[in-house]
Amino acid sequence: MADAPENPPQGLVASLVALTAPVREAVEEVGTVGDLALRAVVWALRPPYRLQLVVVQFEFVGVQSLFLVGLVGLFTGMVFAVQTVYGFRRFGAENMVGGVVALSLAREMAPVLTAIMVAARAGSGMAAELGNMRASEQIDALETMAVNPVQYLVVPRLLAGLVMVPVLTLVFFLVGLGGAWIIGIKVLSLDPGIFADRIRTLIQPADLMQGLVKSVVFGVAVTLIACRHGFYASGGAVGVGQATTRAVVWSVVGVFVLDYILTSLLTPVG
Amino acid sequence: MSEAEPHVRVEKLVKIYGNRTVLHGVDLTINRAETLVIIGGSGAGKSTLVRHLIALERPTSGNIIIDGTDISSLSEVALARERRRFGMVFQKYALFDSMTCFDNVAFPLREQTKLSERDIREKAMQKLKELSVDHAANLTPAQISGGMAKRVGIARALVMEPELLIYDEPTSGLDPVTSRTVDDLIEEMREKFGVTSAVITHDMVSAFDIADQIAMLIKGRVVAQGTPAEVLDHADPSVQSFIRSSGVDASRFAQRRPRSPSEALAEKAIARKRARVADAK
Ligand SMILES: Nc1ncnc2c1ncn2[C@@H]1O[C@H](COP(=O)(O)OP(=O)(O)OP(=O)(O)O)[C@@H](O)[C@H]1O
Ligand SMILES: [Mg+2]
Repeated sequence: MADAPENPPQGLVASLVALTAPVREAVEEVGTVGDLALRAVVWALRPPYRLQLVVVQFEFVGVQSLFLVGLVGLFTGMVFAVQTVYGFRRFGAENMVGGVVALSLAREMAPVLTAIMVAARAGSGMAAELGNMRASEQIDALETMAVNPVQYLVVPRLLAGLVMVPVLTLVFFLVGLGGAWIIGIKVLSLDPGIFADRIRTLIQPADLMQGLVKSVVFGVAVTLIACRHGFYASGGAVGVGQATTRAVVWSVVGVFVLDYILTSLLTPVG
Repeated sequence: MSEAEPHVRVEKLVKIYGNRTVLHGVDLTINRAETLVIIGGSGAGKSTLVRHLIALERPTSGNIIIDGTDISSLSEVALARERRRFGMVFQKYALFDSMTCFDNVAFPLREQTKLSERDIREKAMQKLKELSVDHAANLTPAQISGGMAKRVGIARALVMEPELLIYDEPTSGLDPVTSRTVDDLIEEMREKFGVTSAVITHDMVSAFDIADQIAMLIKGRVVAQGTPAEVLDHADPSVQSFIRSSGVDASRFAQRRPRSPSEALAEKAIARKRARVADAK
């Protein structure tokens, strides 16, 4: 109690330092991910090209996420249709629903939610697998057999993210539109002709482009972050668990941050 | 022998993790085609030391010179080239659990040689047979016992017939008979192919059996290096107490060494035959 007056400044400094910890962590995160990305690019260009490993990862990221992404896409489209109809009815614009749903799906919902689903499913799996390989010295074993672990493990996963996340995003978009269609036409009895026409007139190539660019960037970011956490995991089983959690948390955060950056770059407003 | 450059030379190797000094300036040499056995208590830094020999760890300071090349300063690509000449048996097996045992052993052949798939199959199966784990060829590492996994790991390291082989506790977790088989293999690699080996072991019988040189590591320092006889007679009290507590019969080993390679091989062939006969009964 006697030294209580001295403590607050110390406590304050300490908590300020503690507050900046996540910031420092985030900066470090960007650094290590960037470093891994550079090494992955260098090693991707260097032979041998292990096509079979790439196919396995395409399957893991793409095919195995297909159902999940479709399911989420369907419900997102349906929810969005209901909400938009509710809002637009107030000023008699429910015929715009098809176009507006398509627009938000293409520019935001499809790339962002697909990336988050991939982070949750494939990203966590990658972090856990690579983390286990690190803990059981399998990554060291690759190195001693003169096989570069970045080339062998990270490159195929990165390629899978790069290609399959855009593909999954397209699936999300189409299924989402289907969901909106079901709600709009079958449940809320909107006119199918007008619904489709508004989609056609509202959607511009730039909207699809934005969705595509985002999905490519997200795909790379999510897989890189997952690989980084698994690849550099330390501390046995506990470490692997932490790596998996961090991989998912940081990739979701990364997706939202990148989403803002890309949106402001790609959207001419004002 | 004294004039020749040793195959491996470790100079003043220091390794610090965070604020923990694990290796305090280790000096070590391994001559070509000789076996160095590294003994010492748990946590002494033995695994850390050998991981430096194949550049899985970078030294905090000091040099690791293999064949005249300082490998601690090589680039990733140059290192990959050097590593083709090394093999390592890991303490925790380090088998790829996405592959069968056969594919694990075939892996280095597929990655580093241009052999046909038929030759690869033959070589890999042959090594699995030598370690009597060929029946596990089509199982995955998760489906086999620890002792079998260890043997598959050894098969994978031996299949490339590298110049420098590092074994991190190759016989721990193996039954005595299999342990001796592994000892024989280590000696055979040296005699047939002139392999240089570094072997970490807690098994003092095999240590004194296979060693040309023994290095004793205590708390990150090499307290003794020399022939088995020299280490047995070493004046340092910590060396003496380590050897005494390991229960090695000093007189027996002092007598058995030195012996010629052919003698040793003949001896082993007889011992193996006896073991097989005993098994058959
Ligand atoms: N990556 C690391 N980070 C921090 N400390 C480490 C790391 N690797 C090893 N150590 C520490 O270094 C010390 C030596 O470890 P090492 O594995 O080399 O011991 P060892 O002699 O092989 O023991 P054992 O006989 O039990 O295998 C241990 O105390 C360990 O905690
Ligand atoms: Mg060890």
